[in-house]
Amino acid sequence: MSEKIHKPSHGSNNSLGIKSLLGTEFLEKKQIDQVLKYSFLFKELLDAGKPIPQTLAQKTVILLFFEPSTRTRSSFELAAKRLGGNTLVLTKEGSSAEKGETLVDTAKTVEAMQPDVLVLRHPSAGSPFHLNQILDIPVVNAGDGFHEHPTQALLDLMTLQQFKGKIAGLKVLIVGDIAHSRVARSNIYALKKMGAEVSVCGPPTLLPPKVEQMGVEVYYELDQAVKNKDVIMTLRIQFERLNPGQSPSRGEYSKFYGISESVLKSAKSDVLIMHPGPVNRGVEISPEVADGSRSVILNQVGNGVIVRMAVLHLLTGGELPEGLV
Amino acid sequence: MSADLIIRRARIFDPSQNLDEVGDILIRNGKVQALGTQVVVPSGKPIPELDAKGWLVTPGWIDIHTHLREPGQTHKETIRTGTEAAAAGGFTSIACMANTKPVNDSSFITTYIQQKVASESSINVYPIGAITKGLEGQELAEIGSMWEAGIVAISDDGKTVMNSYLMRKALDYSKRFNLAVVCHAEDAHLKGRGVMNEGFNSARFGLRGIPKASEEIIVARDILLTELTGARLHVAHVSTVGSVALIREAKRRGIQITAEVTPHHLTLTDEVVGTYDTNTKVAPPLREPQDIEAVTEALADGTIDALASDHAPHSVEDKEVEYDHAEFGMVGLETAFPLYYRVALQKGVSLKRIISAMTHKPAEIIGVSKGTLKVGADADITIFDPEMKYRINKNEFRSKSKNTPFDGWDVQGKVRYTIVAGKIVYQENAGGNR
Repeated sequence: MSEKIHKPSHGSNNSLGIKSLLGTEFLEKKQIDQVLKYSFLFKELLDAGKPIPQTLAQKTVILLFFEPSTRTRSSFELAAKRLGGNTLVLTKEGSSAEKGETLVDTAKTVEAMQPDVLVLRHPSAGSPFHLNQILDIPVVNAGDGFHEHPTQALLDLMTLQQFKGKIAGLKVLIVGDIAHSRVARSNIYALKKMGAEVSVCGPPTLLPPKVEQMGVEVYYELDQAVKNKDVIMTLRIQFERLNPGQSPSRGEYSKFYGISESVLKSAKSDVLIMHPGPVNRGVEISPEVADGSRSVILNQVGNGVIVRMAVLHLLTGGELPEGLV
Repeated sequence: MSADLIIRRARIFDPSQNLDEVGDILIRNGKVQALGTQVVVPSGKPIPELDAKGWLVTPGWIDIHTHLREPGQTHKETIRTGTEAAAAGGFTSIACMANTKPVNDSSFITTYIQQKVASESSINVYPIGAITKGLEGQELAEIGSMWEAGIVAISDDGKTVMNSYLMRKALDYSKRFNLAVVCHAEDAHLKGRGVMNEGFNSARFGLRGIPKASEEIIVARDILLTELTGARLHVAHVSTVGSVALIREAKRRGIQITAEVTPHHLTLTDEVVGTYDTNTKVAPPLREPQDIEAVTEALADGTIDALASDHAPHSVEDKEVEYDHAEFGMVGLETAFPLYYRVALQKGVSLKRIISAMTHKPAEIIGVSKGTLKVGADADITIFDPEMKYRINKNEFRSKSKNTPFDGWDVQGKVRYTIVAGKIVYQENAGGNR
């Protein structure tokens, strides 16, 4: 009996030991450690102004984006280019179904261009799984519906490591629309694997069913939730994904779940403020907090490029010159 | 071809007459003329014989929940391919749902289907008429005219009649024709844009969930309306612990209610949705282990009366797309029996209950005189080999569509012959015949 489960097909020669990066749910701690190790290695080189090994030279990265995205797309593009790779951006509005094209057609079209890596952003959960099954090359999930966004979680881990010096034992609160957030899912899995304590807070209408089974503490009240936390990750509220009835208005959402200076009075004085961007200023986070001293939002952006360099490098089996590792 | 036949050395298994014995069956002019150990073969012209030693011979199987897609969506299935698939699956009679294009909401369409069946099908096909015009849930279809044309039940299957007033009127009206009203229980608003069962797995997989309450609310409502009207309700594809409890309680109170369960709701949980294989997308959605337990137990104790495949063919274009955008439904006619039999073998539901739920019980629900091998009955017979093991291969399906999550499953129990009115309409070739 072939009982199939929620797990991508593994098996690869690269040093990560996985063919594709589809989600943090499927990563082991040692794989996350390795991505972080290479990320900090690349960061050192960049900070020191040293040349970056061109491990993607002669290689092509296709960025297939079915959803509008500026930040993730340009981050991947820059990451590939810094490693000397060629990039090709293909954007498609809407689903393949709407165009009468199947996902298999899409995969075959990509395959015909003979890329070495496919980076896929797609509005429907599971689409990278489909493409990973069909294609022999590594597939990097750059966000699928509200399922996973693994590189976002990895860059968040890097940022935590950078500013807190550790991840294990940190108390991390994720605030907002958890139900429709791929960032939340990827972060919950990744943070827990690294030994952090994770809580979530949001209106009950915007929490996923049985979310506590993911091993997180659940809060409805923000004032309670922020107490004793080392890190607050606030999420972009995706009004376009909401059904009527999930949140009455932006104003009301902001009143109960917006991170403002007054909310932070209940929090630790050195609490780190993170946001995956783009920020709805004045909705989920006040401008004062977003631009304040505890905010590392722009550092997240910078680290995003570096983590994606590490991921592309590791998945393509690139080797660094002796002495660097 | 003569509709005379003798089936020899068969294990005759007919729950309608509490029969389980080895003997012979004599068929003349398409009817069961005699059966048992003392069958006397008439002299005169020799009658063809079929040796069924080691096999089970049961009344022809009846599937009261299929989608044949004709008229209108013949790229998915036709009356010809759908009935060929049914025959290969051991079914001698099927009822086909009304959600064709155009919808079977008038005697004209009912008659069209029957004419097609007459020329293209070797098995019995009983059309089910729509409850509302165009399945739009706005006004009643011409149920009486369709009844005159031959429908055996009414249903907006695929959709729920969300207007409770209209559902009440449909139940009231159905009493004039003694038609069962078949309810597809999914509250459209609660279902929303959901694509799988709501629960921990929908949270994990990042897919929109369909809560069990969306089914149970409608089951509860329709039970209350059935009690109010004194009509006859049949609940299609029961999938949750809660629905089972509601139906059990309604039966205890004497309400005229019957129910069915599908092969997939007996065998698969929402865990398989994590493959994002769109063939696991079905309405109602695959549920959780405790739901499988509940529907299995309800099948065993008769709370769930019938087994039904909900055969829902879809083309590659409908399925090789994002999970969110794929159509709901899976084919079932050619995989139903080995999955039911698996429930008998692995879960201990008696074979008598399984065969009963495939023969005389569904016949009662749609009010046709089938599902029995009593002397004088139509000689609709299914013969299967209870020992034969094989692997499901979707490429061997007669159905035009291959949308199954069971491809590659190792199963046991293979249909050998399907016989309708004494004529062999399907014969299994693998493994050699006698």
